[in-house]
Amino acid sequence: MTTATAPASAAFDRDALERLISSSALPAWATARRRAAFDAFAKLGLPDRRGENWMRTDLRLFRPKAWGLRTAPAPGDASEGLLAAAIASPGPAADAAGEPIAGPVAEARLGGRFATLDGHVIRDEIDPALERRGVLFGSAERLLAAGAPLEGRWFSVIDSSSDWFAALHGAFHRGSAILYVPPGVRVSEPLSVVAAIGAGGVDTSHVLVVLGDGAEATLLTETSGGGDATHPAGGFHCGGTEIVVGRNAFLRTVNLQNWNTGVWHFARQKAVVHEGGRLQWTLGALGSRLSHVAQDVALVGRHADAQVNGVMFTEGRQQLVYNTLQHHESPACKSDLLYKGAMQDRSRLVWRGMIKVDKAAQKTDGYQRNDNLMLSNEARADSIPGLEIEADDVRCTHGATSGRVDTEQLFYAQARGLSADEAARLVVAGFFQQVFDRITIPPVREALARAIGSRIRRVS
Amino acid sequence: MSAAEKLVVRGLHVAVEGQEILRGVDLEIGRGEVHALMGPNGSGKSTLGYAIMGHPSYEVTSGSVELVRADGSRLDILSMEPDERARAGVFLAFQRPMSIPGVRVADFLRHAVTNVRNPGRKEGEELMPMREFRDELKKKMADLSIDPEFARRYVNDGFSGGEMKRAEILQLAMLRPKFAILDETDSGLDADAVRLASESIARIGGHEMGILIITHHEQLLEHNVPLRTHVMLGGRIVESGGPELAAELHKKGYERIRSAYPEAAAAEKAMEDTRTAEPAPA
Repeated sequence: MTTATAPASAAFDRDALERLISSSALPAWATARRRAAFDAFAKLGLPDRRGENWMRTDLRLFRPKAWGLRTAPAPGDASEGLLAAAIASPGPAADAAGEPIAGPVAEARLGGRFATLDGHVIRDEIDPALERRGVLFGSAERLLAAGAPLEGRWFSVIDSSSDWFAALHGAFHRGSAILYVPPGVRVSEPLSVVAAIGAGGVDTSHVLVVLGDGAEATLLTETSGGGDATHPAGGFHCGGTEIVVGRNAFLRTVNLQNWNTGVWHFARQKAVVHEGGRLQWTLGALGSRLSHVAQDVALVGRHADAQVNGVMFTEGRQQLVYNTLQHHESPACKSDLLYKGAMQDRSRLVWRGMIKVDKAAQKTDGYQRNDNLMLSNEARADSIPGLEIEADDVRCTHGATSGRVDTEQLFYAQARGLSADEAARLVVAGFFQQVFDRITIPPVREALARAIGSRIRRVS
Repeated sequence: MSAAEKLVVRGLHVAVEGQEILRGVDLEIGRGEVHALMGPNGSGKSTLGYAIMGHPSYEVTSGSVELVRADGSRLDILSMEPDERARAGVFLAFQRPMSIPGVRVADFLRHAVTNVRNPGRKEGEELMPMREFRDELKKKMADLSIDPEFARRYVNDGFSGGEMKRAEILQLAMLRPKFAILDETDSGLDADAVRLASESIARIGGHEMGILIITHHEQLLEHNVPLRTHVMLGGRIVESGGPELAAELHKKGYERIRSAYPEAAAAEKAMEDTRTAEPAPA
C-alpha cells in the first residue's frame, strides 16, 4: 500500500544520543537523566524470555538494530486520531432507548491538541483560556525549556533501568507531551495527544501528567499509523507514561493503541494516586503486531481510588501482552480493574494482573477481572490473575472468564432479521458494553465501539 | 380465503444430531388464520418451529416449507438463511428466548425492525430514523402495558420468565410478520398474564397474520380461536380438528390419541427412550 520509504535513521547508539541532545532544548537536568538511562541501556540486552514479565512475549523476530530515531517525519498526512476526531465531531444525541449519548457540552470540544509524526511535533495547541488558568499542555521540550516546575516528576514515576526497552525510552524519548493542571483547577474539555508514525516509522514519545491537589482533567492519548502486517518495515514504538494524581484530584484518561498491524509496541505506564485522588484509566488496544505493556497503579495516600479499564480487540496474528499491577501502599484505598478482550483469527491476548497490598494498607478494597471472548477457534487468551497480600484486613478478589460467541445467541438475533455478521457484531458489542459503561466520556466509548464493530468479521 | 398467502409445510422430516424428530409433517396456514398445535412434550412441536426458522442444528432431511403467494408464486423458505426467513415475514416466538447481555432491547429491535421492513437492507445502511422508531416502540409498549424502562434493559438478560414472554410479544408487535409461530408463549405466565397475552396476540395478529400457537393450554386460545387444532405425536400431525379438539386434549390428555395412533405412540416411546439413554443435547 505504502511505497514511500521512511527517511534515513540512525541506530540507537551514542552518536544518535549526542545528536539528539545537541538538537534538543531540554534543560540540563533532563539531559542528565537521558545520559543515565543511556548508561543503563548500553549494559542491557533484550529482555530474557525466562523472566516472568517477558515469557509470553515472542521477540524472536524483533530486530533491535533495525530501528533508530527518524531524522525527519515521513512524508504524507498524519491521522487526526480516532478519539480526537470523535470529540471534534460528536455523534447523535441519543441512542435508540432514548438515553442521551453525547456528554456535557464541554466534552464536545478539545481544550488542546498535541500531535507528532515520527517523533517530530506537528501540532502543539492549547486553549488560551486554559493557559491563563495556569494549565500547561503540549510539547514537553517547549514546556520544560520554559521552566515548567516538573523536575521532580519527569522520569521519576517509571523506572528507566528496568529493562532494555525502558532504558531505550529513557535515553531516546522524543516528541513527548506534558499535561500539568495547577491545584484546584478543573478542566472539563478533554486534551488530546496523538503520536503517529509513517510506514517503518519510529516513536519514542513520553507523556507526563501531573494534577495538583483538587485538580481535574481529561486526557486522551492515542497512536496511529505505521506499516501494516504486509509491510516489511512495520514500525516501532517504545514509549512511557507517567501520571501523578494529587490529593483529591480526578483524572480521566484514555490511552488508545491504534497502530497498524506491523508495529512493535512497547510501553511502560504508571500512575501514582495520592490521598483522596481518583483515577479513571482506560487502555484501548486495536492495533500493533506485538504489544508489551506494563500498566501500574500505585495508591499512595488514604482513600485513593483507581478504576482501570481495558478494551482490547485483536485479529490476524496480533499478539498483545499486558502486565498490570494494582499496588496498594496506603490504607483504605480502592482499585477496580476490568479488562475485556475479543480475539479474532489467530491472534493472542495475554493478561497477567497483580494486586499487591502492603502491610500498612489495611482496609484495602481491590478487584481485578478479565473477560475474553474468542471469535475463532485459533484465537487464544491467557488470563493470569495474582494476589500478593501482606495486610490482614482487606477485601481482594479476582475473576476471569473466557468463552466463545454462543451460536444460540446468533440464531436468536438472526431469527429477528439480523444478518449473521450483524448478529455477531451486536453480540460482541454487548460483550464490551460493561466496560464501555465505565468509560464516562460518551464520544470516546462510541468511537471505540464503532472501531471494534468495523473489525469484526463473520464469527467462525 | 384460498387466494390469501399461505405458509405451506409438506412432508417435513427433521433430524437433530442424526436422530429423526419430525417424520413427515404437513401443515398449511393462510394469512389471517389461527392454528393451534398441541401434543405431549417431546412430540416435535418446538422442532417444527426451529426447523421453519432455520436453526442450524435442525437438519431437514426431506420435505419442503414454502410461502405460496396469492398469484401462486412460491418462495422456498428452506433455502434461506434464518435472517432472510425473518425478512420474508416468518417469525418464531421462542419458548426459551436467548439473552444478549450488553445489548439494549431498543437497539436490538431497531436493527430487527429496520431489516424486516427493508428486506434488501445491507449491514451498515441507515437504520430506521431514531425518533420514528422510538415513538412507535413507546406506543407498542404502552399497548402491551410494558414499563418504558424495558427498552433500556439488555435483551432478556435477567428477565423473569414472564418478562421474556412479554418481550417476545413486543417483538411480534414491532415486526408484524406474515406468519408467526408462538412456541409456548403462555408458559411461565400467571392466569392474568396469559389473558393479557391472548388479547395482545389477537390485536397484533388482526386479520393479516397467520399464527401457529403451540400450547398445552386453552387460555391463550381464548381470544385467538383456532380455525384448526392439530395434534402432534411422535413427530407427525396425527389428527386435526376444530376448537373442540383443543378443549378435549386440555381436559382429557393424550390417551385417546395414543391408542388411536399406535404407530405414532410407538415412535414417541422410541424417541423418549433414546433421550433418556443419552444425555439430552444442550
